[in-house]
Amino acid sequence: MSTLTRVRGPQTRPRAHRLRIPPAWLFIAPSFLILGVFVLWPILVSLWYSLHDWTIGADDQPWVGLDNYVALTQDAKFWGALLHTAEITVVSVVLIVILGLALALALSRESIGNRIIRSAFFFPTVVSLTSIGLVWRFLLDPELGLVGGIMSSLGLGTVGFLQSPELALPTVIFVNVWKNAGFVMIILIAGLKGVPTERFEAARLDGAGPWQLVRFVTVPALRPTLLFGTLIMTIQSFQLFDLVYVMTGGGPLFSTDTLVTLLYREGFVNFQTGYASAISWALFLVIVVISALQLRIFRYNDVD
Amino acid sequence: MSTDSRPIRADRSPVWISSSKWIFVGVGLVLALVPFIWMISTSFRSEKDLFGNPASLFPTEWTLHGYQGVWEQLPFVLLLFNTVIFAGVTTVLTLLFDSMCAYALARLDFRGKNICFWLVLVTLMVPFQVTLIPVFIELFHFGWLNTYQGLIIPRATSAFGIFLFRQFFVSIPRELDEAARIDGASHLRIYAQIILPLAKPAIATVAVLNFTALWNDLLWPLVVTSAPEMRTLPAGLALFGGQHVTDHAVLLAGAVISLIPIALAFFLAQRYFVAGVATTGLK
Repeated sequence: MSTLTRVRGPQTRPRAHRLRIPPAWLFIAPSFLILGVFVLWPILVSLWYSLHDWTIGADDQPWVGLDNYVALTQDAKFWGALLHTAEITVVSVVLIVILGLALALALSRESIGNRIIRSAFFFPTVVSLTSIGLVWRFLLDPELGLVGGIMSSLGLGTVGFLQSPELALPTVIFVNVWKNAGFVMIILIAGLKGVPTERFEAARLDGAGPWQLVRFVTVPALRPTLLFGTLIMTIQSFQLFDLVYVMTGGGPLFSTDTLVTLLYREGFVNFQTGYASAISWALFLVIVVISALQLRIFRYNDVD
Repeated sequence: MSTDSRPIRADRSPVWISSSKWIFVGVGLVLALVPFIWMISTSFRSEKDLFGNPASLFPTEWTLHGYQGVWEQLPFVLLLFNTVIFAGVTTVLTLLFDSMCAYALARLDFRGKNICFWLVLVTLMVPFQVTLIPVFIELFHFGWLNTYQGLIIPRATSAFGIFLFRQFFVSIPRELDEAARIDGASHLRIYAQIILPLAKPAIATVAVLNFTALWNDLLWPLVVTSAPEMRTLPAGLALFGGQHVTDHAVLLAGAVISLIPIALAFFLAQRYFVAGVATTGLK
């Protein structure tokens, strides 16, 4: 590195200076053109829409200031969607992390058998939520599904899991957990590889039992990975759309309506552009607040 | 990949722990696998068999009518073709554009570099749903709704890919491209002939993750396309699952076929799925 670079430096510099358009700009041009037109500018436009009574196709799009946001706070559908989204997120994330951790601990040893079993748990995470939603919708169908079939042959009678306003949301949560537990398992196993074996040995010599090993060595060592898994799962759960759209369409009686299904309905079915944009900013705000809280909580624990 | 059997956990644990561990894993495996087994087996069942005998995991009589019906009752050839074009072309463009952008961010000094990197991070953080409505209206004005360019171009770069490539490029020793610079190689040559060939693992990771995400995506194709002949597989299956098709074997056959490319990619390139998930987690 040292001497050679210093000798080389002056030779390369002037050439770069002579060029009018820095080559770097050509390299970043395609990506930034796309990000600019289809991400960055739309972020600003979305904010602008949310301050108007904007309806697609209307002649007049009057400025309404924060009225859309005020209307949100008075809209029972919005509070319902926010509540369901929060329930889905909290319950899913807790269960996904606990089950993912349990699977990671059970399957972290390297062996062919474990690797195959891990694949089986990881596989659902790469399958489309549309297919998964469709399969579970049919599986849980009281008339033709395997679950209903087994229940009625055991004499338990059938239950319309997705037809009941009380059971539909827990059922969606169950399928969300079913899909994602393998994701957290995989990142935790990758995280475990980075933990020096000596730490376990030392704790073992100090007479730590299996539970103490997990509690005082494994979990603290996995803290950054657990944080990452929690964050990703939280953000994903908050944006849940596909599963709900396919399994329940937000019903019955809006009992599984989430922020994104509400946004989709307002924006692309009712064409309330301004209002739907306000929903999207509410979604963003909630995600930012929760991510910040989680970062705070995990860092707070770092002190001890 | 390490083959050392670490003497951690499990081995010295009491019998009840290891046995409850295997019960837990066993129940989990049944739960993880049965839906897929049922999905495949039911795609070979008749409606009569399904309604008459719902408690059975396997058909009493195997029939191919689901796989015949999928071509007759759905515009399945088009759905499949659209999905291949959408996921395939978008992934190729993303790999090209993201790696070029990442090369500049990792290797070149230019004015505005920090702002550019910062903007990439902003686009990573803002949820996709925030931009969905404005982009829909943009595409409407461009006349790009229900077109391939409308489906592909807005998704032809990803902040995640740029980020992942940049992290990888930074780890490639600078001596390699500096030596090429003395020999008078242009940046384009260094990028194409030195950096990219070394970045195969990163390319594979971004390719696999991107292709899967696009192949599976529902919301974006649902918003950009409304014409039945422009739908992709997830959007088509979701919509037909809601209305026209009442034969369950047909829909499940469609779902099984749409799963095949992802399953193949998963079994052939599983380590890149894991690498993608793990590197984002650890760095």
